[in-house]
Amino acid sequence: MAALDLRLDLPQGLALGAEPVLAPLSLTLRGGAWTVLLGPSGVGKSTLLRAIAGLLPGVPGLGPAAMMPQQDLLVPWRDALANVTLGAHLRGQPPDLDRARALLAEVGLDPADHRKRPAQLSGGMRQRVALARTLMEDRPLVLLDEPFSAVDAPTRHRLQTLAARLLAGRTVLLVTHDPLEALRLADQMFLLAGSPAAPVPLSVPDGLAPRDPAALGAAQAALLERLAA
Amino acid sequence: MIRGLITFIVLLGAWQGFVTLSGIPPFLLPAPDRVAVALVARADTIAFHALITGTEILAGLALGGLLGAGMALLLVASRPARRWLLPLLLVSQAIPVFAIAPLLTLWFGFGLASKVAMATLIIFFPVATAFQDGLRRTDPALLDLGRSMGATPGAMLWRLRVPAALPALASGLRVAAGVAPIGAIVGEWVGASAGLGYLMLHANGRSQADVMFAALFVLALMALTLWFTLDAVLRRAIPWQTETYPMEER
Repeated sequence: MAALDLRLDLPQGLALGAEPVLAPLSLTLRGGAWTVLLGPSGVGKSTLLRAIAGLLPGVPGLGPAAMMPQQDLLVPWRDALANVTLGAHLRGQPPDLDRARALLAEVGLDPADHRKRPAQLSGGMRQRVALARTLMEDRPLVLLDEPFSAVDAPTRHRLQTLAARLLAGRTVLLVTHDPLEALRLADQMFLLAGSPAAPVPLSVPDGLAPRDPAALGAAQAALLERLAA
Repeated sequence: MIRGLITFIVLLGAWQGFVTLSGIPPFLLPAPDRVAVALVARADTIAFHALITGTEILAGLALGGLLGAGMALLLVASRPARRWLLPLLLVSQAIPVFAIAPLLTLWFGFGLASKVAMATLIIFFPVATAFQDGLRRTDPALLDLGRSMGATPGAMLWRLRVPAALPALASGLRVAAGVAPIGAIVGEWVGASAGLGYLMLHANGRSQADVMFAALFVLALMALTLWFTLDAVLRRAIPWQTETYPMEER
């Protein structure tokens, strides 16, 4: 099944209170592909993400989306498995524990860790549980808000590879600060810049994501220059 | 804990030394050994009154805790409740409990009820404000996550905001456990026929300073026991509270 393109139109732009944050814009998320949004802190990336998720009043959003937020945001009072089934718990549905266990295994969590609380897991493990929770929601659209910014570089690299594999076929929007992450994972890429901000298309390296960082050296340098300009 | 005990023993020694050297009469300041003798000799009486004060404190803590937590939930869940009831919450704290103690005694009598009311009143505020504060400070990103998952409004409150605010409620209850004895003792001073506060007032009137200190010692012991027990229970019940500095001795 081919996922459809999703288009967000904000003909009036978007203001939070009296402050215009986003300029009038139209953004197309290619179906089944990774769209990456880069941009400086505070430019409005998270606002755009929330608009797409339908979390802003007056903006319909692009339909049901699974979110993976910046910090893992596992709730400390539920163990890893129960965090994966949080969505069902919040909707008052019975949890599908078999599927949750299978997803935890798929993201690489040892069965012995399924019953551990988040405080007993490392940052990387918590991020894996958060990824499993996102997959558990099983939505066609997945929104990732700097999901790997809080972990060390090798862990980030492994998690990127894992996410690229497990989210294949879904329409993904990834918000990130990290040029290397953007170049590794993007099928299309935008720089959100200006005030009020608007997305500017950036060129994407050849090859299929997740790309090998070894081949991205020059592209990363060029992108870094572009972001620093 | 050990170090706290050593501090206590050193202070007792200083007290004993001061009384022995200065020759101050026992009806003004009895030495610790006299207090200990009084504590043993009047153990039955003190235990009887301690039980009553203890009941008042625990009942006040239960009632004040429940009412405070309920008030916090109401204030957070309903905007009209916030508008109509927030002033009441502030007034409940602005009025010194000493000022209305005689009134409460008049209304609820000389028995347990007026002291429980007093303790409840003094406990209500720290619990309500701490819990309400916790409920208002749920991580907005967590609320976003809940909404993106299609959480029902009830689940948002009971399954995200309330558990996230339980550590704040625990802080409120700790403060409450610290002030609860004040409510009960004030109540007993204003008008009572039993309780440690009554006993102390009575002993004071008869220049039995040793009995007064013995009762005070028992009261302090009860307050400490209450606090540490509550703290241990809260730690077990809410293990995800983050500790800024661990209380455990190394």
